[in-house]
Amino acid sequence: MSQKTEKLIDKKGLRLDGRKPDELRPIKIEVGILSNADGSAYIEQGKNKILAAVYGPKELHPKHMALPDRMVLRCRYHMAPFSVQERKSPAPSRREIELSKVIREAIEPAIFVEYYPRTAIDVFVEVLQADGSTRCASITAASLALADAGIPMRDLVVACSAGKVDDTIVLDLMDTEDKVGSADVPVAFMPNLGVVTLLQMDGILTQEEFENAINLAIEGCKKIYTLQKEALRAKYISVKEVEE
Amino acid sequence: MPTFFEKRQLVTPGDLLAEGDYIAGENTYKEENKIYAARTGLVEYEDKKINVVALRAFYIPRVGDIVIGTVVEVGFNGWTVDINSPYEAILRASEVLNRPFKPQKNDLTEVLDVGDLVVAKIVSYDRTHNPQLSVDEPGLGKITRGQIVKVTPTKIPRVIGKKGSMISMIKQETGCQAILGHNGIILITGKNLEDEELAMMAIRKIEEESHITGLTDRISQMIKKEKEKREVGKDESKN
Repeated sequence: MSQKTEKLIDKKGLRLDGRKPDELRPIKIEVGILSNADGSAYIEQGKNKILAAVYGPKELHPKHMALPDRMVLRCRYHMAPFSVQERKSPAPSRREIELSKVIREAIEPAIFVEYYPRTAIDVFVEVLQADGSTRCASITAASLALADAGIPMRDLVVACSAGKVDDTIVLDLMDTEDKVGSADVPVAFMPNLGVVTLLQMDGILTQEEFENAINLAIEGCKKIYTLQKEALRAKYISVKEVEE
Repeated sequence: MPTFFEKRQLVTPGDLLAEGDYIAGENTYKEENKIYAARTGLVEYEDKKINVVALRAFYIPRVGDIVIGTVVEVGFNGWTVDINSPYEAILRASEVLNRPFKPQKNDLTEVLDVGDLVVAKIVSYDRTHNPQLSVDEPGLGKITRGQIVKVTPTKIPRVIGKKGSMISMIKQETGCQAILGHNGIILITGKNLEDEELAMMAIRKIEEESHITGLTDRISQMIKKEKEKREVGKDESKN
């Protein structure tokens, strides 16, 4: 198993898809694409294709679940049966339930939950096609959908992963790198406030490697953040141009 | 004390708007002497106060607001009303009937039934209780005729215009009456369907173009053009 058939980084120092170690995959973001949801966003990051939709705030049913001093944030991360190579059962798996919690906890610090007590917000994340680091792309899309729904937020949340592949620290892991590589560090970040809202590690890294990975991931987050803001602005600027 | 954006510039949540001795207004928040935006919208400076006029928001009740709502449930001693807000409003039967009533004798569905629309005023609301409505003023109560238009609640001041210039112009030009609910729902009643449709068209145009200057003039021009078109249409059908 440990004997790899192919090298993940070639002699020139390029990765399987031709990226440099500190290069992101191409990213395309759109905001407000679903008319039935209160807010929505779509992200393509490499081969990842993810939709996020937000409903609310609204009154919570059943009522006994409501909290008297803050709103409840509910989140569902789900992978479509056709999102991976072998058909995935549409029933929520253990991994999806965990990721729902992880995403919820990553976006909650950005929302002013104490403004609207006794209400709930529903966030739905649907992975249409998966290619590694879906949790990061999901967080990026979910926070945009929240902003699109007009929910007051401290900052947008951006997420990006870093990891160790063939003894090199690399940014934005794709599926094969995630599976064959030796470590994966997803980081979610609020750039204007400088707050990390999610930090996980899967694999083994030395302390130095870990620090490098975090710093690299945060740099990646800042790059995605500019794209995120552009996407949010584009929704209104395009309306302006049509009219003028 | 620098500010980082120009007046009426588009900002997104988390944008640093100003640093120093400023007051955080609507849709902004303050942290360590810095003012940040909390919603997507346009920046407005008002002396030391910084506001963001949100492009998308939902309605949060305020005491004294006039709202238009739909009855969603008839209870033992009142109605539950959807007022296009995260919180459902309560309208008590004693408020509407103006006399003592007994739940065993009076059938509340005869007064207001599920699906009925009401114009009402918010008389109480706080963080711990849902808003309570009252219809105890002239002009409030069940809606019997007219058309309903929904706009984003933050656009209601635009529909009213400066000192009511926009809405009085629309009323004058179309000959319709309009009741503006602060929750973003507008009721239009006119002599005929055509007048009502014209007023609805004007309001939809306001919602779409509210962030561009010279709005009142453009709307009045649009209404005049539409009227001319219809006159021509009528003449042709007569001939």
